[in-house]
Amino acid sequence: MNNKKNTVIPVISIQGQNCTGCVTSTLCSEYPAIKNVLLQDIVPGFKLDFIFHPNIMTASGNRAMEILENSSKEKGYVLIIDGAIPTNDNGIYCVTGEKDGKKYTILEETLKLAPDALMVIALGTCAAFGGIAAANPNPTGAQGVGEILQANKIKTPLINIPGCPPHPDWLFGTIEEVLLKGLENVQLDDFKRPKTFYGQLIHENCPNRAYFDEGKFAKKLGDEGCLYELGCKGPITYADCSKRQWNSKTNWVIGCGAPCSGCTSPEYPDLLGDFYKKIIDVEVPANKRTKRIQKK
Amino acid sequence: MKKIVIHPITRIEGHLKVEAVVDNGEVKDASISGTMFRGIEIMLKGRDPRDAVMITQRICGVCPEPHAIASVSAVEEYAGLKDKIPVNGILLRNLILGTRSIADHILHFYILSGLDYIDPAQVMEYNGANQDLNTLKYFLQQGYSRPFLPRDEIDYRFDTKTTNMVVGHYIKAMDIYRKAQQAATLFGGKWPHDAAIVAGGVSQRLTADRITEFIWRLEEIADFVKNYYLPDVIAVAKTYNDYLEIGKGCRNLLAYDSYQTSSNGNYNDHLFKGGLVNNIDKYSKINIDNITEDLTHSWYQDSEPLYPGEGKTEPTADKKEAYSWVKSPRYDGMVYEVGPLASVLATYLGKKDPYIKNMVESSLSEIGTNISNMYSVAGRHLARVLSANIIVDKLSGWAQELKAEEPTVVEYDSPADGKGIGLCAAPRGALGHWLNVENGRISNYQVITPTSWNASPKDKDGQPGPYEQALIGIKVKESQSPVEILRVIRSFDPCTACAVHLVTPKKNLIGKYKVV
Repeated sequence: MNNKKNTVIPVISIQGQNCTGCVTSTLCSEYPAIKNVLLQDIVPGFKLDFIFHPNIMTASGNRAMEILENSSKEKGYVLIIDGAIPTNDNGIYCVTGEKDGKKYTILEETLKLAPDALMVIALGTCAAFGGIAAANPNPTGAQGVGEILQANKIKTPLINIPGCPPHPDWLFGTIEEVLLKGLENVQLDDFKRPKTFYGQLIHENCPNRAYFDEGKFAKKLGDEGCLYELGCKGPITYADCSKRQWNSKTNWVIGCGAPCSGCTSPEYPDLLGDFYKKIIDVEVPANKRTKRIQKK
Repeated sequence: MKKIVIHPITRIEGHLKVEAVVDNGEVKDASISGTMFRGIEIMLKGRDPRDAVMITQRICGVCPEPHAIASVSAVEEYAGLKDKIPVNGILLRNLILGTRSIADHILHFYILSGLDYIDPAQVMEYNGANQDLNTLKYFLQQGYSRPFLPRDEIDYRFDTKTTNMVVGHYIKAMDIYRKAQQAATLFGGKWPHDAAIVAGGVSQRLTADRITEFIWRLEEIADFVKNYYLPDVIAVAKTYNDYLEIGKGCRNLLAYDSYQTSSNGNYNDHLFKGGLVNNIDKYSKINIDNITEDLTHSWYQDSEPLYPGEGKTEPTADKKEAYSWVKSPRYDGMVYEVGPLASVLATYLGKKDPYIKNMVESSLSEIGTNISNMYSVAGRHLARVLSANIIVDKLSGWAQELKAEEPTVVEYDSPADGKGIGLCAAPRGALGHWLNVENGRISNYQVITPTSWNASPKDKDGQPGPYEQALIGIKVKESQSPVEILRVIRSFDPCTACAVHLVTPKKNLIGKYKVV
């Protein structure tokens, strides 16, 4: 897809306390494939221009830092952040680069780049809500991007694309929706997640749902049946994995016989209880989200 | 004397900084810093041992599956399940680790390292029928250049025709990466962060059609490894042949046994043999009790070097002689490099397998070099592609050993107290997890990752770590474009999130400290 009258949208992608899993997930997008995203219009008439991405750009060191320094000259860029932002001790737990002897933390870069951005995308549960980086006892004071923007009164529109990792369709599908419908027409839930992808519970569309309704529960891993007794967080987790599946529908978590870990939730990983133990203090199916802490 | 600081090092995993002292165009000293940390090991305390597989995979989203396998292996030893894992479970772990490691190596050579050797801008002059190259040409003709520009001044050496061919492979590698991850996901559940690798085995139930689909999906991946990746690495080694001498490193190698295979039906043999290699080609067995972590130049309280199962993490951020959050793993007090180079050479020298012998020797003879030049930038790339070749030749056979409809996982039962060790050959080398459990919950968890070995700082005897040794002595032509340093560092395939997850910072101490 190429169109000569296209609108070019600069993309700056920066990384906090991440594991790069959000990137390796994104690399596995199929339609569009990553080569299409880099080289062609993502939707007809709109070209993403990756001006900064630590894992694919040629430049290192000073030349890379100059791009960020000059970012204010870029009009209407989209800022994508993956990884959490540590806040203890002025954010020194994640230093992303250095220029002329000055070190820049992910906290400083976020505060510098977010105000002028067209929109901010917090990619992955760490960027959206703190995620694994903020797991108990959260040694570095890791926070999600939303908390940082709010605390610093930055009004740039924010979309959260949680998941550990997020599905590549959730990222590119959201960008496509913004480009085709306009940002103001993209419906978000209370946690700023696009309803298109996070509007329903895993449980609602789970192929094991019939087992659940019949009361046929797997007693140990490898058994046939619903995985609820083995710790499945599907009944309280909003995402479309059960319909969309993963890696071009080759498999998905519940499909491989493992319980859903609830990775798109703000409470992940601590407030959902042990991964392989049954959730016990919540009515199933749950229609309302509440903080759920498993009894120890 | 001039100091070159490169931060960020891009096209790697994570946040890495290199500082090199250069005199008269030669690197005299180098120090390596990882500049991000989370404190994963402290987060593991108090959790269900089974949950470690979920948390430790998030140490690294580029190579999570070896963390999964090391973690469940440690838990299985603690839980007394080590010898009870069904054959299906053993084979599925080989298939998941093997397929994902191949994807990882392809990602590393093309997407991460490739732009150090090939210039996509030359595709402007392409006149052929390759659709990917024509797409790139059209992209360039419209005036687009990012993320390929800006860049350093790089001494690209391939002629335009070869460049265009390899750039075509660079784009194709993106597709192959996706397809290899899809194949492994048939058994692993999703990429990244497999859900199917669990304490007791692998949770994926097996059907004949799933096994067959996996075997068919291998065809294209094997073709790419043998007919694109291997020839391209050999072409780089021949064309950039000074890099067979550059970046020698410490020239001691360490590897763990990996990929359980069966010679007599009981799966206690291994595809890659663990061991040590010293003096270029002297193989000896490894005893993991000799591994210690030295803290002399790391921001932790001094103590005698400790065995990782007893490892301490008491940060002292104002420690003067320290310059890294990475500890210094040492074997018998000596510096060791880990990675595919170690796995391939330990197996070549220690196992005497004619197939592996032939593969190593034929590729060396095609390049026109010998085993001593494996200790180099080009040698590390070669070892990585040989590792991918050795694995890809085994995958179909392992898949055919699977038994459809038979168990893949054994029921987990946990004692209150105990300990376990899990070792594995990750794509980047020797990975170890050390687990202690009290009252059914994790009381201590220590991880020594491949990049901890390779990116380690100097130790109590002043011995620099492997990256540092590989940099010291190399020539840098242009300090504004230190491409030689970047090629050396990238040849190790750094994974910084892995290396620097070890710390448990204490707030009151950290205030005095500035990240260097």
